[in-house]
Amino acid sequence: MNLTLKIWRQANAKARGAFETYNVSDISPDSSFLEMLDILNLQLVRAGKDPVVVEKGCRGPVAFDHDCREGICGMCSLYINGRAHGPDDDITTCQLHMRKFKDGDTITIEPWRSAGFPVVKDLVVDRGAYDKILQAGGFISVNTGGVPDANAIPIPKPKADESMDAAACIGCGACAATCKNGSAMLFVAARVSSLALLPQGKMEAARRAKAMVAKMDELGFGACTNTQACEAECPKGISVAHIARLNREFLSAKLKD
Amino acid sequence: MAEKLISKAPEGPLAEKWTRHKANIRVVSPANKRKLDIIVVGTGLGGASAAAALGELGYNVKIFCISDSPRRAHSIAAQGGINAAKNYQNDNDSVYRLFYDTIKGGDYRAREANVYRLAEVSNLIIDQCVAQGVPFARDYGGLLDNRSFGGAQVSRTFYARGQTGQQLLLGAYAALNRQVAKGSVKSYPRHEMLDVVMIDGKARGIIARNLVTGEVERHGAHAVVIATGGYGNVHFLSTNAMNSNGSAAWQAYKRGAMFANPCFAQIHPTCIPVHGDQQSKLTLMSESLRNDGRIWVPKKKEDVEKLRKRQIKASQIPEEDRDYYLERRYPAFGNLVPRDVASRAAKERCDAGFGVNETGLAVYLDFSTAIKRLGKHVIEERYGNLFQMYEKIVDVNPYEEPMMIYPAIHYTMGGLWVDYNLMTTVSGLYAIGEANFSDHGGNRLGASALMQGLADGYFILPYTIGDYLASEIQSKKVDTNNPAFEAAEKKVTDKIAVLFAINGKQPVDYFHKKLGNIMWNEVGMARNEAGLKKAIAEIKAIRDEFWHDVFVPNTKEEFNQELEKALRVADFLELGELMATDALNRKESCGGHLREEMQTEDGEAKRDDANFMYVTAWEYAGRDKAPIMHKEPLNYEFVKVATRNYKD
Repeated sequence: MNLTLKIWRQANAKARGAFETYNVSDISPDSSFLEMLDILNLQLVRAGKDPVVVEKGCRGPVAFDHDCREGICGMCSLYINGRAHGPDDDITTCQLHMRKFKDGDTITIEPWRSAGFPVVKDLVVDRGAYDKILQAGGFISVNTGGVPDANAIPIPKPKADESMDAAACIGCGACAATCKNGSAMLFVAARVSSLALLPQGKMEAARRAKAMVAKMDELGFGACTNTQACEAECPKGISVAHIARLNREFLSAKLKD
Repeated sequence: MAEKLISKAPEGPLAEKWTRHKANIRVVSPANKRKLDIIVVGTGLGGASAAAALGELGYNVKIFCISDSPRRAHSIAAQGGINAAKNYQNDNDSVYRLFYDTIKGGDYRAREANVYRLAEVSNLIIDQCVAQGVPFARDYGGLLDNRSFGGAQVSRTFYARGQTGQQLLLGAYAALNRQVAKGSVKSYPRHEMLDVVMIDGKARGIIARNLVTGEVERHGAHAVVIATGGYGNVHFLSTNAMNSNGSAAWQAYKRGAMFANPCFAQIHPTCIPVHGDQQSKLTLMSESLRNDGRIWVPKKKEDVEKLRKRQIKASQIPEEDRDYYLERRYPAFGNLVPRDVASRAAKERCDAGFGVNETGLAVYLDFSTAIKRLGKHVIEERYGNLFQMYEKIVDVNPYEEPMMIYPAIHYTMGGLWVDYNLMTTVSGLYAIGEANFSDHGGNRLGASALMQGLADGYFILPYTIGDYLASEIQSKKVDTNNPAFEAAEKKVTDKIAVLFAINGKQPVDYFHKKLGNIMWNEVGMARNEAGLKKAIAEIKAIRDEFWHDVFVPNTKEEFNQELEKALRVADFLELGELMATDALNRKESCGGHLREEMQTEDGEAKRDDANFMYVTAWEYAGRDKAPIMHKEPLNYEFVKVATRNYKD
């Protein structure tokens, strides 16, 4: 396959960015999207040795985040042709394969666009805000050791399953990047809901919801207006029903105030 | 020199060793813990759990990871499960049985005392994870469910769908976040450790590069913990994450920590086969699939030909023309033989010309029998996400056609040598999880990596590190203006400067792929003397070429992924040679290490206990000098050493 790529280039957080256009050829339809970018980068590294290219201000290879390349680490984060993680459902960018495109296509590639995720370089963004939100309360307050036997508290299977549905969140940021308000509500809700569904996490549920929402607001993420774009683009198919549970916990916390 | 390897494994009956040891080691008072600093490098299951537990105890902890968040560590990709000796299934499991299976699975090349301790604390891990809110799979009665894994005849594997590693890591990461919020742990994401700093023979800190700004930083501490995982990516194509690397462990090695059993690498039998030369990594399909999937190749060569030409589909081959070779060769364990055995059996069939796929390098993993027996919905509930993952990559629906799989490098049993306290041969420098060598011998059983990472981090290191730090309570805060820090920093900045100055013609990946090819062909599933000698010579040549012709673009003062790769591949080019050297020395077939010269007549691995019942620990002797070999003899006091038998 031969493709034209329009890629966002930005030297660092403070620099101005712009799109640049590149061509790649002989891409196998069985290659993954990131393997296609690897090939582009090899091309760009080699071009860096060409004095004509260097003269024109060659920027070198395109920086992009990636790691496990099997859809679980949450590191990859590209906006492809206007969609988070590209034109396929329930997958991350690293699971996207070139067979989803046609020979001769032009593909536009951008970083996550969200106030909460400043650009580090090119397609790489800083998602440290998600760590901070979880540090505000996304845990159960137990120390290591001295806990009861794992089977001491039975948990109904449907509850455990639903908790697992929410816990499948990989923290990639697609929800906030897709939301027109830049809200991280689905991310926060997934954690709050996953823990609130379990007896172990229920105790601190209200406090947790309040602390995490407050931190999310503080870090510049927008409010949820229930457009549900987040659910549509979540690579793990996490349901907005968890946002309803978050709202319940949040309200009960506020009522107690 | 043998006195350097003192295992410190306590005397006494097996079941009492850990209890006695804990009673005998020193502890640090809460007031003194506040004065002590610990650096943990790596935030996978080992690093995150250790940092959280140490923070809870009151130490000042700094954690470093190369990703944008601790949660990205590759533990997250572990699919199938975590073993524990709970015996919830009433199938006669016990701490002893888990210990015995692990020792046997490791082909009698692990330390008895360590492995018993691992089995002993396994149950605490499950309790801890449930208390943290890990949503393990449950039965309708609300109690925890189990599945089976290779190398065991009991069901002792706890799981959270096909995302067990993710859920356990999120548990440890949450515990870590709680400590970050409390201020006992300080997190340094997008930082890469580039050297260990030694003062007066003790590890006193690290040099790290801020991957965003390129700044080289000094960090001091009273102890340093390496928890950076394995070095499988030396093979270029592996199931490891793209950024997984052996560099932190390698710097430790160069500072005097011995490297044990580097040749013991695990080839996982069930990975998605290679599709072509644009491939960047291999994807694992969980071992748990072998609970319900049956492995086969066609019996007839003409069927193989038709399959390769895509004239027929696998599902069209009648039952009587299928060779379920694991069930045929190993009736007692069938499809659930350990990974090394399953991998070699796949290779044997493919070498004999029965491999499928256009490349001839694949076998089938078939669920049709299980779907008939249990119904599609049950299979979907058990493995839904894995089936989806397979279909996205290969574009074939595994509910209808069998999966194609082939072995790939997955895990490294070898690693930094540690004593019973998990301390390396350098004072104050610890190694935990996959980064050390201690518990899996020549082959790791499935669902035991997660167990070891969390055992080391939650329940072993927090105790044993106290024994060392108890002598450090009078030490002042480490001064990073010390000349040792200056020298280490200069060494790092000089190395980076050289990489840019070479200004050669080839990108880093060119060298990594070349190295990977040699490693897979000569230091992979089957090894022999001539091949290993050839590999050593070729690796040296590539290394030489690298240092003359590599091209690293852009500058060091910025986010530069090519520079990151260059530093890691430079280390792989040395580590690969040590793996081959170790493999050459070990003239026996053992676990994941098969020497072609050492096989029985029916093609099973032949161990040589008389000559090789030891751990090899290599000591760095300086640049371009042959490393010095040390041996830790393994004495089996409690288990009877036998040939591994999975046939009956």
